[in-house]
Amino acid sequence: MPSVNKTFQADKHPLEDLLRVDRLPHIWCPGCGIGSVFSACLRSIKNSGIDYNNFAMVSGIGCSGRGAGYINIDSFHTTHGRAIPFATGIKLANPDINVIVFSGDGDLCAIGGNHLIHAARRNMDITVICVNNLIYGMTGGQVAATTPHMYRSSTTAAGNPESPFNLPLLAYAAGATYIARWTMLHSRDVSDAVSEAIGRKGFSFIEVLSPCPINFGRRNKEKSLDTLRMYHEKSIIKNNATPAELDIEYGKSIVLGKFIDIQKPTYSENYSRVHNPNDE
Amino acid sequence: MKPAVCTGVHFINGDEACAEGAIAAGCKFFGGYPITPATEVAEQMSLRLPEVGGTFIQMEDEIAAMTSILGGAWAGCKTMTATSGPGFSLMMETVGLAVVTETPCVIVNVQRGGPSTGLPTQGAQSDMMQAKWGSHGDYEIIALAPSSPQEMFDFTIIAFNLSETYRTPVFIMSDEIIGHMSEKVIIPHKKKIKIINRKKPAKVKQGFKPFKPGANGVAPMPAIGEGYKVHITGLTHDEKGYPVMTVEAQEEMMARLLGKIRNNLDDIILTEDYLLNDAKIIIITYGVSARTSYTAVDEARSRGIKAGLLRLITVWPFPEELIRNLAKKAKGFITVEINMGQISREVERCAGGLAPCYLAGHAGGAIITPDKVLALMQEKF
Repeated sequence: MPSVNKTFQADKHPLEDLLRVDRLPHIWCPGCGIGSVFSACLRSIKNSGIDYNNFAMVSGIGCSGRGAGYINIDSFHTTHGRAIPFATGIKLANPDINVIVFSGDGDLCAIGGNHLIHAARRNMDITVICVNNLIYGMTGGQVAATTPHMYRSSTTAAGNPESPFNLPLLAYAAGATYIARWTMLHSRDVSDAVSEAIGRKGFSFIEVLSPCPINFGRRNKEKSLDTLRMYHEKSIIKNNATPAELDIEYGKSIVLGKFIDIQKPTYSENYSRVHNPNDE
Repeated sequence: MKPAVCTGVHFINGDEACAEGAIAAGCKFFGGYPITPATEVAEQMSLRLPEVGGTFIQMEDEIAAMTSILGGAWAGCKTMTATSGPGFSLMMETVGLAVVTETPCVIVNVQRGGPSTGLPTQGAQSDMMQAKWGSHGDYEIIALAPSSPQEMFDFTIIAFNLSETYRTPVFIMSDEIIGHMSEKVIIPHKKKIKIINRKKPAKVKQGFKPFKPGANGVAPMPAIGEGYKVHITGLTHDEKGYPVMTVEAQEEMMARLLGKIRNNLDDIILTEDYLLNDAKIIIITYGVSARTSYTAVDEARSRGIKAGLLRLITVWPFPEELIRNLAKKAKGFITVEINMGQISREVERCAGGLAPCYLAGHAGGAIITPDKVLALMQEKF
């Protein structure tokens, strides 16, 4: 149908101005959820009305870590686990920049876990979007610090003997001042959360569950649509829920929502108060 | 705001002089982590940076410290960190990221005895090869070795200038003895200090390539927020900064990274010679070991031995051609360094069998006395 084709070609992608279209196609597999989280994040940046030049995106290593490679703003694809300290350096050297860290659960919470808790403790004014696919996807499906107990991975073929992190509780205990959890199916909620995080001061942590059908689903007899159905049917939205009660009971119950949103001075505000007490 | 250049005569230790040099060079961000014997650099930076409108942060580990200064550098600041052996090891992966993303920054290593925790409070020069090869992959790096608190000030400024000129991390390879030694340090007037700032791109933003080399092989560097929309990655990348996983892209990138150092050796390599013109026995040394080596040369001369000395201010890249030429007329080389043979092997490599090479070394924890150098001289020649 030539007419449809023509219409399609004439229509620009609504986020085209934020995409490095010369880098497409992206590396994400069919059925992967990272793209949905990424576009929700891009929508928030677009809707913020803030000049794109006042944003920077920082990623670590992994599938989600490729996010920084596709956004058409100043963007940094750093070493494994180190997106947050890189972002910290940017923010402290130029506090006018809105710094968004877009990375995965392995990158941010295992190898980079120390940086996550310390940036939260300092209330560093950055937004961290943690795409949680419960597995090391890029390397072929090894067990992660988020893999549910007894689930299979390429390094736990008989079942994961460990227990996963409750990431909102971890962020809360460390001092994060904004904490939310959604799934990639809740695209608008993700976008709203990112918008709130951009609009506020302080350390914001947004966990977004996302399927990895190739490397998690395949080994655990879970097709991509099964995961989405589970996200839909087994999730409960419970804003302000107690972080200690946010353990994911995978396949049975996942609590979503905005859990924490409190005001506290940021690192930069406190630093400037300590060193320039007469400025106020 | 207080002045960045504390013009005057001071009695301070090497670590503090290093911090003053950094501030004088225009450093505005320091990410650090405490470690003996480099802690005083961080302490001084924490006092001084807020006075000049900069920011200090003590990160959670050396990996974070090193990574934070790369973020700061891309935000447009001159940045520095300081550490010693164990921290230097932790920083190494990120040093590679700095090399490949061509990010200017200065890393101070106040060396102590190793391996591992080693001798935290005692000096050594045993991280010299780690400075060259500590991060994985092929690369060229710049490292300077100061011999006094005064040079901790002076060379820190040179380190920033080289780093800004060549868009590359630069090491200051100091040691516990120089770091903790207090001496007279003269800080000149601001106008007498040569400062180089990174070259900024022309204002054309469309199709900007952050890795397209300029005349000296180095690409101009924009800062975050200036509208160039750069993408910077540790993956092998083209001049645009985009990842390209091909043999050709790897070759092109490596040629660029190595070339900007190898094609500018005359500008980067700094040495100092002492009684070298008629010397037959040539001491090669650097850092704290140069101090005792001068005495050894004087003592040898008083005994009628034609000794001379080449001090490496720039240790990396190594002055290969200079050593090669010296080997043609020398009776032999003695390398004086507080390790069990690191730079001495480089000297041997460059001498190429034309002259015998010996090491006056030490396992770490103390200086090498002139007596030891003299004894080796008399034993071997």
